Amino acid sequence: MLSMKKALSFVTILGVSGVLLAGCGNSSKSGSSSSSSSTKITAVGSTALQPLVEQAATDYQNANSGASITVQGGGSGTGLSQVQQKAVQIGNSDIFAEKQSGIKASELKDHQVAVVGMAPVVNKDAGVKNVTMDQLKKIFTGKITNWKQVGGKDEKISVVNRAKGSGTRATFEQAVLGGATAVKAQEQDSNGTVQKIVSSTPGAVSYLAFSFLNNKLQALSIDNVKPTDANVETNKWKIWSYEHMYTPATPNKEAEKFIKYIQSSKVQNGLVKKLGYISISNMKVTKDANNKVTNK
Amino acid sequence: MNPKIANKIADAVIYILVAIVVIILALLIGFILITGIPHISWHFLTSVSQSFSAGGGIRDQLFNSIYLLILTLIISFPIALGSGIYLAEYAPKNWFTSLIQTAIEVLSSLPSIIVGLFCYLLFVIEFQLGFSILSGAIALTFFNLPLLTRSIQESLESVPDLQRQAGASLGLSRWKTITGIIFPIAIPGIITGIILSAGRVFGEAAALIYTAGESAPAISYSNFNPFNPASFLNPMRPAETLAVHIWKVNTEGVTPDASQISSGSSAVLIIVILIFNLGAHYLGKHLYDKMTASK
Amino acid sequence: MDQIKAKLMKPSKETKQETVGKIISYTCIVAIMLLVLLVLYFIISFGMSTFTKNNVNLWSFLSGTNWSPGQVDAHGNPEVGALPMIVTSFAVTILSALVATPFAIAVSLFMTIIAPKHGKGFLQAIIELLVGIPSVVYGYIGLTLVVPFIRHLYGGTGFGILSGTIVLFVMVLPTITSLTVDSLKAVPRYYLEASLALGATRWQTIYKVILRAATPGILTAIIFGMARAFGEALAVQMVIGNATLMPKSLLTPAATLTSQLTTGIGNTVMGSLPNNALWSLALILLLMSLVFNIAVKFVGSKGDLNK
Repeated sequence: MLSMKKALSFVTILGVSGVLLAGCGNSSKSGSSSSSSSTKITAVGSTALQPLVEQAATDYQNANSGASITVQGGGSGTGLSQVQQKAVQIGNSDIFAEKQSGIKASELKDHQVAVVGMAPVVNKDAGVKNVTMDQLKKIFTGKITNWKQVGGKDEKISVVNRAKGSGTRATFEQAVLGGATAVKAQEQDSNGTVQKIVSSTPGAVSYLAFSFLNNKLQALSIDNVKPTDANVETNKWKIWSYEHMYTPATPNKEAEKFIKYIQSSKVQNGLVKKLGYISISNMKVTKDANNKVTNK
Repeated sequence: MNPKIANKIADAVIYILVAIVVIILALLIGFILITGIPHISWHFLTSVSQSFSAGGGIRDQLFNSIYLLILTLIISFPIALGSGIYLAEYAPKNWFTSLIQTAIEVLSSLPSIIVGLFCYLLFVIEFQLGFSILSGAIALTFFNLPLLTRSIQESLESVPDLQRQAGASLGLSRWKTITGIIFPIAIPGIITGIILSAGRVFGEAAALIYTAGESAPAISYSNFNPFNPASFLNPMRPAETLAVHIWKVNTEGVTPDASQISSGSSAVLIIVILIFNLGAHYLGKHLYDKMTASK
Repeated sequence: MDQIKAKLMKPSKETKQETVGKIISYTCIVAIMLLVLLVLYFIISFGMSTFTKNNVNLWSFLSGTNWSPGQVDAHGNPEVGALPMIVTSFAVTILSALVATPFAIAVSLFMTIIAPKHGKGFLQAIIELLVGIPSVVYGYIGLTLVVPFIRHLYGGTGFGILSGTIVLFVMVLPTITSLTVDSLKAVPRYYLEASLALGATRWQTIYKVILRAATPGILTAIIFGMARAFGEALAVQMVIGNATLMPKSLLTPAATLTSQLTTGIGNTVMGSLPNNALWSLALILLLMSLVFNIAVKFVGSKGDLNK
């Protein structure tokens, strides 16, 4: 009986201390963040950009002791809204802030850290390797519904879209659909899931970042232009976008230093390429938020 | 129909249904273990994960999962125990009690991502807990409470009233009867509840993405000061759990061995859960024997 | 004498214990209620802003079939029709609970009455194991095994409500089973003994006595199972196709409330219409599970032996 009482009071104490811990954790945290907020940086947003920023942060912290960088995902929308509210120092995004509804782009500062190329992919079964831009548009608007209409097998096309509002979808629709509305179809959020669905579903078509192309899928050429880094750099391959790291208009010094580090040639020529992105310094052209391309 | 024949038919139907379930479960677990175990090695369990190159391990993720579970139970078990006792022993049978029960059940049906976002906005941002194990534990408490409260309540209620009457006739207070007599008898049922809710903690991903975060910064296992940011015991550090790691490598993983890591991690997760469950059952039995004088 | 009198007049040790105990348990229940109210307030206030701030018509939200927040239709109203998702969510939830319940009851009977010795340890261990498998893993197993299987069997893409139901069936089975086991165990043993002593067969005992007595508990188990199915997102999203189309059959791609919510929430901005619309989905989800709860409670109270 006595031991029972002990056990119960122990449990209660644990509970209370848990709550207290939450309390002091909170206060000690806010205390420390006011004294050393300059070194603690949180970057939130795009899951596609996350591996790059995460690895860069690890390297950066190894070189600069005292810097503390937390990198989290959550999606481009989350990244942009959190940096706009100044809840975090850096918002990672696959999409121009101008193109995201609910964001005042003028309050944010854009830092482009990499370029990502995207390619339409089909299940190998379809027997198609090249389409024209017009055909591609008709496939995704639902006007072409069978692969035999574009020279493939007699097989129904099943379109897999990316999530509405995602950077990948915005880029693809801007480059391919030109304002037309995509057919209502499956929607998947992540490159990995799309990769698995397209490689296992006969007749499936979708689009993926270059780094997720593999030999289980067929990447399509458009108008006989192959989806390669070199073609993106000259804008011969039209479907590409920037990866952005947004900061408030007057950025945190440490955050700016970290972004400068990612834009440095060391990271651009090393990490960026290793992760399947295209270095911004290699680009021969620039693109603005309205998809206007100008030569550098 | 002849009751005896009906009895036989019913038996047969039950056996068939059970057999189907066993086959499905065996296939499922077999699939995970067979695809996963070949990728488990000492190196896999003891090295840190890699962002883009092959050969990463799951050391920190594994530890984070366990640590998160402990923190979650510390927060949620006392609350669930108190509420379970209230609902089983003190609550009058009226509309208000059933309102409370409905509210708790509704809590369990909220999608993880909603609870995750709620905790993100409230605890991570508003209370400045940051992406941390603590925020994650609070988020998971939301899922744990309904299940845990319910199973504590059920196990307490399933203790025969004779025991309560015996306690009362000895002149014990109701509280003493509950803690000294009823609770020990209910331990096995409560343990089952803990195990089920622990499973949920191990398997949860969506709610943790926004709270405990999806990165696992380097931590030191020799630093026992829980207030040091590098310490493995620090509840304020961001912590990616195994389930979140599986989710991450499957969705945006660019490592060449992403699918191996995913199946290896799933198998490890199952094995860890199995060990935890067996341990909890053993501990529960030990406690039961000790507290009920059944030995 | 005075001492004795004072002692008698003072609250006894037992009374004090009782007070302490009551305080502890009341505090806990109040804490839980506060949490619930907090979440409810949060979801309701976010979810209502679609209607209050963005002036979306409630009826067109519930009955519309076009879901593309951010775009406007011919009349300039935003296209936020949630009906396809509501229908699909209901369909997968009810179907998977319907499929899972007989299995769960059979397994629970097997574990508690028919073969408690063999069944219990083994089955219980597996069931407890299943709860801990992450949804993502269920999703990928569904994608690699269930979807191709359905495709071979019925043609089409294999993505749809049927695949979603199968995956959810396995996911809710542990929840329903373990809670059913609890409620079967709570049936007093003398019910069983009395019935057998009257010469009833085992099945008659089970069907006429035990299941009747356990009905409220089993119904609660089903609610919890449905709640899990309702709130599940990551696994369903992968196998159901996640297309915001009105489901025409069990085999066409569809989307549930949660799958849309999960895909969209990271890509929208707090406070904008597309984001608010997603919170409204969460609100619908909440209201629907409330309706489920109340309906099942009502049904359950009729079978209660204590009344």
